[in-house]
Amino acid sequence: MSEQPTQEPMVRAEGVCKHYGRLEVLKGIDLEVAPREVMCVIGPSGSGKSTFLRCINHLEKVNAGKLWVDGELVGYRQHGDKLHELREHEVAEKRREIGMVFQRFNLFPHMTALGNVIEAPVQVKGIPKAEAKQQGEDLLTRVGLADKADAYPNQLSGGQQQRVAIARALAMKPKLMLFDEPTSALDPELVGEVLAVMRGLAEDGMTMVLVTHEMGFAREVGDSLVFMDGGVVVEKGKPRDVISNPQHERTQSFLAKVL
Amino acid sequence: MTTEQQDPIKAVPVRRPGRWIGGVVIALIAIGVIYSIVTNRNFEWPTVWRYLFDFRILTGLRNTLVLTVLSMVIGVVGGIILAIMRLSRSPLVSGAAAVYIWFFRGTPLITQLIFWNFFSLLYPRIGWGTFSVDTNTLIAPFVAALLGLGLNEAAYMAEIVRGGISSVDEGQREAASALGMRQGKTLRRIVLPQAMRVILPPTGNETIAMLKTTSLVVVIGYFELMTAAQQIYADNLKQIPLLIAAAIWYLLLTSILSIFQSRIEKRYSRGVSGIATQPGFAERMFSFRKAAR
Repeated sequence: MSEQPTQEPMVRAEGVCKHYGRLEVLKGIDLEVAPREVMCVIGPSGSGKSTFLRCINHLEKVNAGKLWVDGELVGYRQHGDKLHELREHEVAEKRREIGMVFQRFNLFPHMTALGNVIEAPVQVKGIPKAEAKQQGEDLLTRVGLADKADAYPNQLSGGQQQRVAIARALAMKPKLMLFDEPTSALDPELVGEVLAVMRGLAEDGMTMVLVTHEMGFAREVGDSLVFMDGGVVVEKGKPRDVISNPQHERTQSFLAKVL
Repeated sequence: MTTEQQDPIKAVPVRRPGRWIGGVVIALIAIGVIYSIVTNRNFEWPTVWRYLFDFRILTGLRNTLVLTVLSMVIGVVGGIILAIMRLSRSPLVSGAAAVYIWFFRGTPLITQLIFWNFFSLLYPRIGWGTFSVDTNTLIAPFVAALLGLGLNEAAYMAEIVRGGISSVDEGQREAASALGMRQGKTLRRIVLPQAMRVILPPTGNETIAMLKTTSLVVVIGYFELMTAAQQIYADNLKQIPLLIAAAIWYLLLTSILSIFQSRIEKRYSRGVSGIATQPGFAERMFSFRKAAR
């Protein structure tokens, strides 16, 4: 990826903190994701990596610090030096531009694959059904599931469900895609097909932030690798550098366990 | 491993003598009951047939149906509203629904019916100043019956709907909001259709129960099927035949409703795997095995 330092980052986090009651999950995260960048976030469970991802599209409220997506503050509007919470419909509007893929797919079980894909374009964006169907079929073709348009989620394998979920997120034409351990709930032999779709997305220039345990994918496709532990970013750098030459002791011990 | 087709297993099924003995006992009892029903003249079957299509019985039947449908409409709509209120984050809204449910489930239906019938004793006129009406003209027995049955049903339906909504995985709501869907639409398009699968079976039961419960309005004198039967036998003293005639109508209607219920349930189980195939009568009784497909 070419570095363009003058470009506005797609995601910018400054001192992002999140706590549930007394439990501090994020203790000041500073990160930047450039447009077209693929950032992989790794770390032990409970390190706050999924929580950080969920803060980016405001599924979780940030307690302190600030988070911008494409130059716009997440969850708040600034008037002078005062912050105003966004209304529900304003939050919803911003989420349309951020796709999210979940560990457990979360497909709508009462709709077919195509139904899942066209639901948001039709219901949220108000795109005519015929047009949405056309686009939906194209998206299913893109993830290799053109023949499964009429299948219900329970008739699909985990890998196929996750690919439908990716198509569903893409249907909103997002400028940023968030992946929350997209292959962790899959049988090992199904991981490859999902990673292949994600690799294709990265090659098309999609900005992606993904929480993952797939070190091979992180090394080959990722532009940057972030290691989180205990609610802080311990180490960040080029995937190859971090994986082959971790600087921090905690990174070293984590990588020793997963590689 | 060979790809050769294996022959299906042929084995002698386990004999079940207990089922055979039970079957014989039940058959004997059934024969006895049928014999008695046919030969005992006190059943007065000709009288039953004569009154089955009596004008008053049919009128009562129609009113029973109207009352059932309208009460269930009030119950379902009210139940959905109460369930959504109950799940609200505002403690006042949620508390109001809780108090409603507490009250209407905590008092007998028959008390509530009579209460609505005597509502005029509490408030002789309803409204403000010149815009008020006499309570007795507003709350006729029909309205009292409707209020009693519908408002009571709403309390029960609220718990059923709430259970259904809570049964939908939190991930569904998250996926919908991550797509930019707003709360109302998420509820209508994503949560309720899935909750239906949990809500519908008990709602079917409630409807069937409601059909029979409408007979309680006998106490406030609204003319439905049971009131009709009672009024007729008060005149001609043919209690048993008239009760049988009413029972036949109730049975017929509840049977029809049961068929509807299973059809609707099938429709809403879309996207949910495994409609288990039940073994048939022969297999369960005699352990006969159907050939594997």
